[in-house]
Amino acid sequence: MDDHTDNWGLRESATFDRNSIREIQRAADTGIYDIRGFGAKRKVPHFDDLVFLGASMSRYPLEGYRERCGTDVVLGDRFASKPLHLDIPVTIAGMSFGSLSANAKEALGRGASAVGTSTTTGDGGMTDEERGQSRTLVYQYLPSRYGMNPKHLRMADAIEVVLGQGAKPGGGGMLMGQKISDRVAEMRTLPKGVDQRSACRHPDWTGPDDLAIKIEELREITDWEKPVFIKIGASRTYFDVKLAVKAGADVVVLDGMQGGTAATQEVFIEHVGIPTLAAIPQAVQALQEMDMHRKVQLIVSGGIRNGADVAKAIALGADAVSIGTAALIALGCNHPRWEEDYKRIGSAAGFYDDYHAGQDPAGISTQDPELAARLDPELAGRRLANYLRVITLEAQTIARACGKSHVHNLEPEDLVALDMEAAAMARVPLAGTGWIPGQGGV
Amino acid sequence: MKTISLAEHSVREVNQLLHDQARELTEPHWRITDHDGRHALACGLDQAIAVDIDGHAGYYCAGMNQQATVNVHGTVGVGVAENMMSGRVHVHGNASQSAGATAHGGLLVIDGDAAARCGISMKGVDIVVGGSVGHMSAFMGQAGRLVVCGDAGEALGDSLYEARLYVRGSVESLGADCIEKEMRDEHWAELRELLAQAGFEADPADFRRYGSARQLYNFHVDNADGG
Repeated sequence: MDDHTDNWGLRESATFDRNSIREIQRAADTGIYDIRGFGAKRKVPHFDDLVFLGASMSRYPLEGYRERCGTDVVLGDRFASKPLHLDIPVTIAGMSFGSLSANAKEALGRGASAVGTSTTTGDGGMTDEERGQSRTLVYQYLPSRYGMNPKHLRMADAIEVVLGQGAKPGGGGMLMGQKISDRVAEMRTLPKGVDQRSACRHPDWTGPDDLAIKIEELREITDWEKPVFIKIGASRTYFDVKLAVKAGADVVVLDGMQGGTAATQEVFIEHVGIPTLAAIPQAVQALQEMDMHRKVQLIVSGGIRNGADVAKAIALGADAVSIGTAALIALGCNHPRWEEDYKRIGSAAGFYDDYHAGQDPAGISTQDPELAARLDPELAGRRLANYLRVITLEAQTIARACGKSHVHNLEPEDLVALDMEAAAMARVPLAGTGWIPGQGGV
Repeated sequence: MKTISLAEHSVREVNQLLHDQARELTEPHWRITDHDGRHALACGLDQAIAVDIDGHAGYYCAGMNQQATVNVHGTVGVGVAENMMSGRVHVHGNASQSAGATAHGGLLVIDGDAAARCGISMKGVDIVVGGSVGHMSAFMGQAGRLVVCGDAGEALGDSLYEARLYVRGSVESLGADCIEKEMRDEHWAELRELLAQAGFEADPADFRRYGSARQLYNFHVDNADGG
């Protein structure tokens, strides 16, 4: 707080805080809702509210540096003849060329491939840069079907049918006109410069029974080789996961409300969907009741930042996690080296979220050729690979401390919660007690 | 012509045989029988072969077609020729919802009626319907041409981008940002050509053209000039 406000004469309202007042003023000025990138910024119960119970008398730890602790994961072996084999349980989430520069997409592919994991296309199709640099590439099948074609479907290693996104379950994508360059417009068959609004629902199926037939078609087109993922935004997670499994998913991707976006209404980001922590146990319960836990793999995304988050998500029942925002930060998003440029556009390093505006000083969420050229895809890819190695090592460190020879051996019993909200959502005991609040409901 | 009966083979086996033609063309003309309206018939083709499907087909028949000519001698379920890239799909009957959805190219001909959302999110395909189309047809249509020889249901061309729509009969209502537009010489010419390709003997002079008013292309900002 500034000096001049640091007294009781200028007391800030808890209800009408500075952000609320500023948003009212902004709305009155412009007559249009606020659109931004990033994910939910409000504080919600999260992985920070959980801690692990390291080994002691009743558990036997593994030596922290030498004893084997596996991190590999197989995704999509329910029906697909060619499931994915990844070396680490951290994948790169779907982010489009269009929202991101071609260099950024290439860097994501380079970083992921260097550590043996997958990356994912986005709304807008597959670029040569990302296919060329991605050892394992997941091809998203979105409501808009921008850039969708059977050639790329066959070139992909897996197909992700996107029903929703944690930042905006129930909403379609946006790409503002300043980012619809000639190349983006051609890939999406759109007029250059339009404010593109992606469809929020698929054009040729309307429910889980239809989706089962749609998935059958996708499998037929690709000769039943590719794993089919279904991505959902976390809302009615228990039921959505059951329906996804019934529809024939090999893998369910669950994206919580902290998951990032390139452009969405602020009101949508902050007020629709449930926290990642609350969604995971619902998904796991649904899978367990169908005897599909570990048979249909669960990938969790939305607010994964470090190896502790990875370990906690896996302990709660995920098979892998997916990162988007953290991957962009690793590439160079919000880096202090661009502080002066952030200031010039009314932001600051560490706060920049106007991904929709196309003015990203770091050259990541832009289609401006000069800005995009700031991102060296080789260097950025190395930064991402470094980060992925670090969080994998961190997850292994925790797993070994809990006596696990594979990160997938982590389990809810290894966790306790620091407050009642997190205990109720994660369905683990409040620390120091055996009490799990809220048990008995879905 | 090679005939395959789905009484003796699975959909998977039949589609694999057709897909194999992209690697090595062994038979240019195929006929599929006894399929009992199964889904995903002849989808994902990528070779200039001809496929005749006897009787009614299920969902996503000829989905993502490339190069092939597929004739369905009956009605089709949801999403016929969805995301077609090239080639020709001809339905000698009626079509269910979302016919030609998101298709990028090729020609889809429907002799009878097409249900709701015909041509939804079309991206360059040409669709010619001998009968009428249901509500929300050409919703968010981005490119291509939709020709309707009968009537169009509610909200035709809602949120349209650059697809061009031609309707001979009545239009129950136009969707957001869709307006009637002047028929110029190039439109008469392309309509005449599309009708001829489809094999329909309709008079282009009886049609009206609809397209995007382009008022929704950018978010409208009512700047109140606030300080």
